[in-house]
Amino acid sequence: MNVIEVKGLKKSYGQVHAVRGVDLSIPAGEIFALLGPNGAGKTTTVEILEGFRNRDAGEVSILGFDPKNQGRAAREWRNRIGIVLQSAADAGDLTVIETIKHFSGYYSNPRNVDEVITAVGLESKSGALIRNLSGGQRRRLDVALGIVGSPELLFLDEPTTGFDPEARRAFWALIQQLRGTGTTILLTTHYLDEAEALADRVAVINNGLIIEVSTPAELGGRATSKALVSWRDGDHIKTEGTDNPTSVVTRLNAQFGGEIPELTVTRPSLEDIYLTMIGGKDE
Amino acid sequence: MNKIPSALNLGIRRGKLEIIQFARQRESVVFTLLFPVILLAIFGSVFKDTIAPGVTFSQYFVAGMIASGLVNTGFQALAITIPMERDVGGLKRLRGTPMPASSYFIGKAILIAVSMIIQIALLFGFGLLFFGVEMPTEPSKWLVFIWLVLLGSACSTALGIAFSIVPKSGRGASAVVSPIVIILQFFSGVFFVFTQLPTWMQQLAAIFPLKWLTQGMRSVFLPDSFASQEVAKSWETGRTFTILLAWLFIGVFFSIRKFRWDRD
Repeated sequence: MNVIEVKGLKKSYGQVHAVRGVDLSIPAGEIFALLGPNGAGKTTTVEILEGFRNRDAGEVSILGFDPKNQGRAAREWRNRIGIVLQSAADAGDLTVIETIKHFSGYYSNPRNVDEVITAVGLESKSGALIRNLSGGQRRRLDVALGIVGSPELLFLDEPTTGFDPEARRAFWALIQQLRGTGTTILLTTHYLDEAEALADRVAVINNGLIIEVSTPAELGGRATSKALVSWRDGDHIKTEGTDNPTSVVTRLNAQFGGEIPELTVTRPSLEDIYLTMIGGKDE
Repeated sequence: MNKIPSALNLGIRRGKLEIIQFARQRESVVFTLLFPVILLAIFGSVFKDTIAPGVTFSQYFVAGMIASGLVNTGFQALAITIPMERDVGGLKRLRGTPMPASSYFIGKAILIAVSMIIQIALLFGFGLLFFGVEMPTEPSKWLVFIWLVLLGSACSTALGIAFSIVPKSGRGASAVVSPIVIILQFFSGVFFVFTQLPTWMQQLAAIFPLKWLTQGMRSVFLPDSFASQEVAKSWETGRTFTILLAWLFIGVFFSIRKFRWDRD
């Protein structure tokens, strides 16, 4: 059975159709990225799966539970999931360790608090007040609170927005570690390189619909698309699209009798593919 | 697989955490806990005369200060701080955990109760030492005092949580809540002798819990002879209990049904 199973999900706000029929199937242990521009329906979809929002239509099963239900069963369900929200600036007067320890008390099988602090790299800050943490450190705390209950499924909503490149790399390493523990992760992100580095599969959502689901390498026919070979020929840069770039380069090599001026061979980046898919209107 | 912790257990843990967080906000600790004492000092120094044989204004005012302390500490503080917690995403984060809403509410109730006990102790201490406030001697009056504080504190907590859905944002919360509380204090006979207020004011105040809390506290701190000077010529203890209980139910009902964890 899949950890996440969604069929025909719909949600409107007045006249705005935010989600217009989304299907998703995510098996256990997968890191799945949901990509899409602002207003594409990403956050609405995820918040319905997290049980924060009601849906208008469709079926949703998360770990075999329908998140629209409340009460005791919902508590048992929340005991098995972890949620890292976009931004939270609460509890500034508590220390890192106090907060993680407190949250660990909400769950039936919490992870060891010190282990969690080490996993997110906050050992040196464990006695610091939360309001004195940097943005990146706060985000690490958010993740710590998301994983302290040993969740089977973790929701990560734009986890590295506002990070510097170094902090992002460190954060990715942390997520890779979680993959090792078998945690299923649903990640939403703006960053294509993040999806490429972390996700087993990505879905692109636009105008409330999933356009494609695929591995990052194969999205939008990326793996089989033509390579572009370009070089300088006199005053001009020439470009040739080809399925056989090696033979083109061999031909040019013979033509120039050695080094080919300003040679590049490229394939479309995930970003190029993505921007084409969503009609070039991110941000 | 262990069982998930009970709502009460988590509520007690929330209470401890709320107290730690409150205690670390030093300015607000001092202001919240000493505010009634400061007011007693001001009013006790300004109004030196007696309002009835053997009843000083300070004595009358202590009753009002404890009653309005219950409203300030519970209703006012929660209706302002909960929207602020909601604004910064703290409530939404809690909503995503297995902690039930009832534990969050219990935690708030514990914080308010502890804060009230400290306030009352300070008010008694300063009142006895500097303003000649006399404590009741009959055990029956202390019994009334205890249930008034418990019921009043519960009622104020529940109504504060329920009212937290009204302010749209944490920033605007104070502007919405504070005037309501100040007007209620004037109408309910906290700062003035209730029977000297216009009838329409008395009748309006009688709808809300503060008037009943204040009157109840007068029954504790003023001699029984003063009861004849009340509007109903009696302390109306039974009616006070009933009305506070009714407001408690209203507060709990709306807290459970309408509480908002999220801004939008």
